[in-house]
Amino acid sequence: MPNKSVVEFTLNGDTRAVLCEPSQTLLEVLRDGLLLTGTKEGCSNGNCGACNVLLDGVLVNSCLILALEVQGRTVLTVEGLARPDGTLHPLQQAFLDHAALQCGICTPGFLLSAKALLDEKPNPTESEVRYWLAGNLCRCTGYDKIVRAVLDVARASAPAAVLPEASANSTAVS
Amino acid sequence: MARVLIPALLRSISGGLVDVTVEGSSVREVIAALERRFPGIGERLVQADRLRAGLSVAVDGVVSHVGLREAVKPDSEVIFITALSGG
Amino acid sequence: MSPSLCPPSAQSAAPLRVVGTRPVRPDGIEKVTGRAIYGADVTLPGMLHGRVLRSPHAHARILNIDISAALALAGVKAVVTARDLPAAADKVEDLGEGAINLKYLSDNLLAGEKVLYHGHAIAAVAASSTAIADAALSLIVVDYEPLPPVMTASAALAPDAPLILPGLHTDRMGARDPEPSNLASHLRHERGDLEAGFARAAVVVDRRFRTETVHQGYIEPQAATAHHQVDGQITIWASTQGTFAVRSQVAEVLGLSVSRIKVVPTEIGGGFGGKINVYLEPVAVLLSRKAGFVPVRMVMSRTEVLTSTGPTSGSDLRIRMGADSSGKLTAALAELHYEAGAYPGSPVGAAAVVGFGPYVCDAMRVDGYDVVVNRPRASAYRAPGGTNVAFAVESVVDELAAALGIDPLEFRLRNAVQEGDRRPDNVPYGKIGYVECLRALQQSDHYRTPLTGRNRGRGVACGSWGNWGGQSSGTAALNPDGSVSLNVASTDIGGSRASLAMQLAESLGVAYEQVKPRIGDTDSLSYNDVTGGSRTTFATGWAAYDLGQKIGAEMRLRLAAIWEVPPETVNRTADGFASGARSVSFAEAARLTCEESPLMVSTTVHPKGYGAAFSAQCVDVEVDPETGKIEILRYTIVQDAGKAVHPSYVEGQMQGGVAQGIGWALSEEYVYSPQGELLNGNFLDYRMPTACDLPMIDTIIVEVPNPGHPYGVRGVGEVNIIPPAGAVANAVHQATALRLSALPMSPPRVLAALQARRARESKV
Repeated sequence: MPNKSVVEFTLNGDTRAVLCEPSQTLLEVLRDGLLLTGTKEGCSNGNCGACNVLLDGVLVNSCLILALEVQGRTVLTVEGLARPDGTLHPLQQAFLDHAALQCGICTPGFLLSAKALLDEKPNPTESEVRYWLAGNLCRCTGYDKIVRAVLDVARASAPAAVLPEASANSTAVS
Repeated sequence: MARVLIPALLRSISGGLVDVTVEGSSVREVIAALERRFPGIGERLVQADRLRAGLSVAVDGVVSHVGLREAVKPDSEVIFITALSGG
Repeated sequence: MSPSLCPPSAQSAAPLRVVGTRPVRPDGIEKVTGRAIYGADVTLPGMLHGRVLRSPHAHARILNIDISAALALAGVKAVVTARDLPAAADKVEDLGEGAINLKYLSDNLLAGEKVLYHGHAIAAVAASSTAIADAALSLIVVDYEPLPPVMTASAALAPDAPLILPGLHTDRMGARDPEPSNLASHLRHERGDLEAGFARAAVVVDRRFRTETVHQGYIEPQAATAHHQVDGQITIWASTQGTFAVRSQVAEVLGLSVSRIKVVPTEIGGGFGGKINVYLEPVAVLLSRKAGFVPVRMVMSRTEVLTSTGPTSGSDLRIRMGADSSGKLTAALAELHYEAGAYPGSPVGAAAVVGFGPYVCDAMRVDGYDVVVNRPRASAYRAPGGTNVAFAVESVVDELAAALGIDPLEFRLRNAVQEGDRRPDNVPYGKIGYVECLRALQQSDHYRTPLTGRNRGRGVACGSWGNWGGQSSGTAALNPDGSVSLNVASTDIGGSRASLAMQLAESLGVAYEQVKPRIGDTDSLSYNDVTGGSRTTFATGWAAYDLGQKIGAEMRLRLAAIWEVPPETVNRTADGFASGARSVSFAEAARLTCEESPLMVSTTVHPKGYGAAFSAQCVDVEVDPETGKIEILRYTIVQDAGKAVHPSYVEGQMQGGVAQGIGWALSEEYVYSPQGELLNGNFLDYRMPTACDLPMIDTIIVEVPNPGHPYGVRGVGEVNIIPPAGAVANAVHQATALRLSALPMSPPRVLAALQARRARESKV
């Protein structure tokens, strides 16, 4: 039986202490140890982004981080995005307003990834958004509404924003 | 008399006929009439008193939900088709 | 009791208040805050973890399985193999999405005498942790006798090819070939005089094509939790497109009555047809029982999903079409060989109908062949069968149009099916919007904007799909505050809760926010067909509409009794109800009518008028001559939705299908070693489109109302994936003058074709 250790870290603003084995990933500890299942497992080897969290503000694939590595550090998951009073993060609201989710399994990863993008680059172009989000796979939406949602949040929070490359909107013909 | 379109793989039994008219007020009766006219065609269409698995029947353009029990009118058109599924 | 399912006679009489708007989905908050429970999120006290041992061989006899060392490992509670399954009848059941032979379904869950593909399940373990379960798998000793793998349709049909399934004989519409074969079935549609048709053609094009196996690629791996109680009651929490399909399959495979099984739907992270057949559920039930009636959760890894769940068929296709000088088709012939995987059941049947589906042609023959190979058994994938054949047909049509000097959309218009025209299987079309789609694409900004620049080209393609009605059930309860609790069984894989709530709200005349939809388990409602086949907004929408009508009718009756007036004098008003001088708001009416006894209504529907779906699409590409990479510059999809209940989700379906179609066209394929081992079973090497690979996908929703639905709805989920591969191939031709005849059109293949042509030209 491998030796278990306690890993202590700040999770969504609270100090947590969890018992874990050396081989356990942060993803496992979040989901199975802490029962925070908002962070998802899609591929187990860092290729789909469904497990994205922010580690000291940096976007990481939690399936590739060992739990012991987060000792003394700060982790943000999707459960920590909304405010304690329930107010959604602008990205969460934008995803709802733009219908930027269908099955929703990739959404937590995209929210963290988009937050990391806007934290670093408040005024991204459409190309920059797509490049940044290329590490998050979505199979349902074709990314169109996701990109629009992220650009919308950028535009709303940066009054002097550069206008993103425009595309035709949907039209209905009877 | 209902008009029946004979599926391509059964035309060897119908002597090459594609389009035949038979009597019957249900798909079951139509198949029985076909069998009388083209012996052997019935067992290609029916198994264990149901349309063979993978087969459906469209009467007047509408795919039936009740198979052999589907009503057939005197001027109906009956087409046997492969059952299709989506995903 | 099924309603007569007659849409209101004046379909467009009153303006719609809710249908056609874009409210926020009712399950949105849970999904963006990470609180929604998907299959792998289910946690129960004392739960064990199940893992599956899978074959490393593509084709082998199983000589012996020794589980003793695995059982002895501390923390292991149960091990099961095919011996734990009852002997399956050689019986074909219609489990809701095509017929399944139970013997094959059972064998696929846990291999009996042979393993038939790399990844075929052999044994399963339940243990106190996933790590221990995985360690136990490596202690199971299996003796195999490897057999030669048969990996493609052409290899499977070669004389002296090894036979994959003992006792498989070719079925030809009820006749059985005397000799065993890897050809499971042959179907044919034929009409008119083919020879005469080709003889009078001004141009004939005859081409062969190859498409590779691709996977649905849902981001959530399969997951299921089962608890077999001591008293025999079984509960299964399943991430599935169909709770009743799970119940039926588990019942049949384990030889149990459905009354013992309750299936509870979790949220589902994508399905696209791939989460209809069960893989884990029956095994989890067996483990739960054997482990001492303890819940067992099983989750697949991504590699298992790719090796062991059903992808769709690779295919060999031959298309021969002729047209006269005015651009009218004179004859069309198709030979479609589809790889079913290890057991029969490729979607060649649907392919045979939809390939030529958009075209009027009196002389036609389509031969479809369902071929078993040592690959995982094909599962449905969004318009199953359609994309393969459309890639071929749309490429040939493009060549015909070019040879005759006719614009490709104009060519399609000249041959476009309309109401009354017949499908290749001779079923006549009802009211359809194909011509409208073509015209809308012709008029689109995209099509009217010339494409300039080197190595660039534009291509168009179209597609047809039959859609489906199916059976749905539902209940609705009026609450005293005027809200309505809607209970349906259609699992929500893409946002359908919203469109169902909208249809009930429209039908009852209340606000969307007053309807609370939920998805019930199999004990709370009667049978419901799977969410798939483009049926949910149509058929379960019919149920929602009917429930709204019934609540309104019951409220009128009760108000009449309360007011002591004849029911005919009670009318629905804009705000509520009125009779003579008396009037009440809806909320007040709800309070009044619920006072004496609860108000709840139910319905079961099996609607017929689902109507065929059509799409026309246009793509601009740029081909890099040095790398062979194809870049999508611009994309427009036109699709007839009948009536878009929630336009944002209709657009989302259109965009999602296009994205999958583009992946199928450009980069997705199963790569096998010569021994039949899947080499790219992960998301790095099984290359699906990322946000970088696509531009915005412009959508044009055409609305030719479907007379078979109260609001004119036509299913939209599937047809959108059919045209992209053909459209991209046609665009590549315009860009490079190359006709690519194999999918995917990946950079190495494109580069090889460009280089081969350069080599040929330099020799001239």
